[in-house]
Amino acid sequence: MIEAIRSAMDVSMGRDEKVVVFGEDVGYFGGVFRCTQGLQQKYGVTRCFDAPINEAGIVGAAIGMAAYGLRPCVEIQFADYVYPAYDQIVSEAARVRYRSNGQFTCPIVVRMPTGGGIFGGQTHSQSPEALFTHVSGLKVVVPSNPQDAKGLLIAAIEDPDPVIFLEPKRLYNGPFDGHHDRPVTPWSKHPLGEVEEGHFTVPLGQAQIHRPGAAVTVLAYGTMVYVAEAAAGESGIDAEVIDLRTLLPLDLDTVVASVKKTRRCVVVHEATLTSGFGAELAALVQEECFWHLEAPVARVAGYDTPYPHAQEWDYFPGPQRVAEALSATMEA
Amino acid sequence: MSEPEPLRLHVPEPEVRPGDEPDFSHVQIPKAGSVPRPEIDVDPREIRDLAYSIIRVLNRQGEAVGPWAGTLTEEELRDGLRHMMTLRAFDARMQNAQRQGKTSFYMQHMGEEAVSCAFRRALEPGDMNFPTYRQAGLLIAGGYPMVEMMNQIFSNEADPLKGRQLPIMYSSKEHGFFSISGNLATQFIQAVGWAMASAISRDTRIAAGWIGDGSTAESDFHAALVFASTYRAPVVLNIVNNQWAISTYQGIARGGSGTFAARGHGFGIPSLRVDGNDYLAVHAVAKWAVERARRNLGPTLIEHVTYRVGAHSSSDDPSAYRPKTESDAWPLGDPVIRLKNHLIRIGAWSDERHTQAEAEIMDGVVAAQREAEKHGTLHSGGKPSTRDMFEGVYATMPPHLRRQRQKAGV
Repeated sequence: MIEAIRSAMDVSMGRDEKVVVFGEDVGYFGGVFRCTQGLQQKYGVTRCFDAPINEAGIVGAAIGMAAYGLRPCVEIQFADYVYPAYDQIVSEAARVRYRSNGQFTCPIVVRMPTGGGIFGGQTHSQSPEALFTHVSGLKVVVPSNPQDAKGLLIAAIEDPDPVIFLEPKRLYNGPFDGHHDRPVTPWSKHPLGEVEEGHFTVPLGQAQIHRPGAAVTVLAYGTMVYVAEAAAGESGIDAEVIDLRTLLPLDLDTVVASVKKTRRCVVVHEATLTSGFGAELAALVQEECFWHLEAPVARVAGYDTPYPHAQEWDYFPGPQRVAEALSATMEA
Repeated sequence: MSEPEPLRLHVPEPEVRPGDEPDFSHVQIPKAGSVPRPEIDVDPREIRDLAYSIIRVLNRQGEAVGPWAGTLTEEELRDGLRHMMTLRAFDARMQNAQRQGKTSFYMQHMGEEAVSCAFRRALEPGDMNFPTYRQAGLLIAGGYPMVEMMNQIFSNEADPLKGRQLPIMYSSKEHGFFSISGNLATQFIQAVGWAMASAISRDTRIAAGWIGDGSTAESDFHAALVFASTYRAPVVLNIVNNQWAISTYQGIARGGSGTFAARGHGFGIPSLRVDGNDYLAVHAVAKWAVERARRNLGPTLIEHVTYRVGAHSSSDDPSAYRPKTESDAWPLGDPVIRLKNHLIRIGAWSDERHTQAEAEIMDGVVAAQREAEKHGTLHSGGKPSTRDMFEGVYATMPPHLRRQRQKAGV
């Protein structure tokens, strides 16, 4: 998936000289996860460069560059570090088009690795997507496989509005399904690891049915797509797993069609439960599908604690917790 | 050795408060013409003293003196005077309109007119300002129609920003004026980013960032200086030190630093202080900094030393926190009167012409207001539609907003 993300930036920089890439350790070294490796050598230091450790500065400078007419794609080293830039994202990037009535726009992408499962503790594991889906003017994307990651990132870079691009870091190397005690199949040996060459896009705002099923709809994104798939396989419940891919704007049509078909719904995310994006999903499902539902909409999420270190796998909503929710929803 | 005393927290206080005699004896004012003008490619280490002095051109006799004088022709100076007088008349009318309920809020410039009016004259078409809420002189001196400004203030049907923004939070790309945020300091680093983009693109245009003395305490100020310094961005970073951040005197943001300009030293950025009430000095220093930026010599930090004569905004009453007569005691005088006296001194103006110009300018402002009010004011006449509220959040309206708009019946 790292190669796919890198390829998306490479292709975009090659096609449009307005695309610039910067962030902490992003230039010479190519990023701590190596997502920008080789871009500085290929496109020069003024199009891919290291930034000072100042997230507000990185995003603030990107907003100014976008107002000028460039298309910056910046990296925040971990999603957990984005908060100093929150004012720039919420009060500025998201609002510039609206408040200037389109005189100035903000076509920036803010990439950041998200999610846990790497023993990163509370500063390298968070999933802050709901802090961004709450903000009008932003788009929020979470890819779950290399092909999507490349196509969505190219689409995000080409999008006329600011996009928060959350990369589940536990998926960088393969489709991790929550079984932390088992090896992960590398993307090179997985069908979704095959990535198209060159330029293509996966449109923002379109969900994908990851695993078709008839018994219950699971709404998931990022790492949880594979956790839900594993839970369905292991529980024997024929769940339809929807990979939302874009949280904002949400592909509500795909969600509603599936829930009306299965008449049951479980919402899964790694982020903390309270006011998480799952709350929005559950509310939408009951608004749109109430008279079709056979059971209450269930949520499986991270506990409302900071992301712990030693207890990482107690915290992580793994296949067993998802399977329990599937069973409970089927029995309701 | 004896035991140390218990620790004490230092909370700075201004020299005077309401009821006290105004006292600006702590503001050291060098003689006009006394501060040298270095070459634009000077090593910043050689001009560190400029961050502790004040560059002044106009002396008490109204003469333009010293090495910073002579950047403007008589005609340009008369234009400058008209710009400042226009801004003052505009403010007077709009303050009044706010009191009459024609808008919700207003912020005026009294005493600070020279800063934005003179700075604008040093820029070229295509350069971009990232202003705060007290630089409307950039628009007035840049030829932006007053009617458009008033339409925005009245949030009427002709408001170029469709009623979405607080009054005076203008935006005009065409006039090099980035959309005002209202959140403080965010624009300072954006100005640096814009300038970096211009350099990345091998363009010739430069940016100017604006911030108040109080907001220099924000982290974004530090971000801007780090980025400007690291990438030698073609940007002029302006601090408008008008002594007061609402009720908080400038010492709270400045702390132990001698001046705000001196903040630039740690970043290796040439840093100058200028008499912000001296139109000629502001222009000369702006020109110096703009030329540095344009010639790839990197950023400049300018502290404009001025005084906010009026209230912070229409929601503020300064008599609650500073002596009522403090503005009369401000040692740098009034920018309009100083430029007027200079023009009279050099035989390019007269009291009669000034009185006549005042009347003409006020007529122009009143006519603009009449025109704007035809399109409505905040609570009466034409106003932006509810549909406008839903538009422009994104380039293309996403389905969830479309559903909400439909539900709202618009």
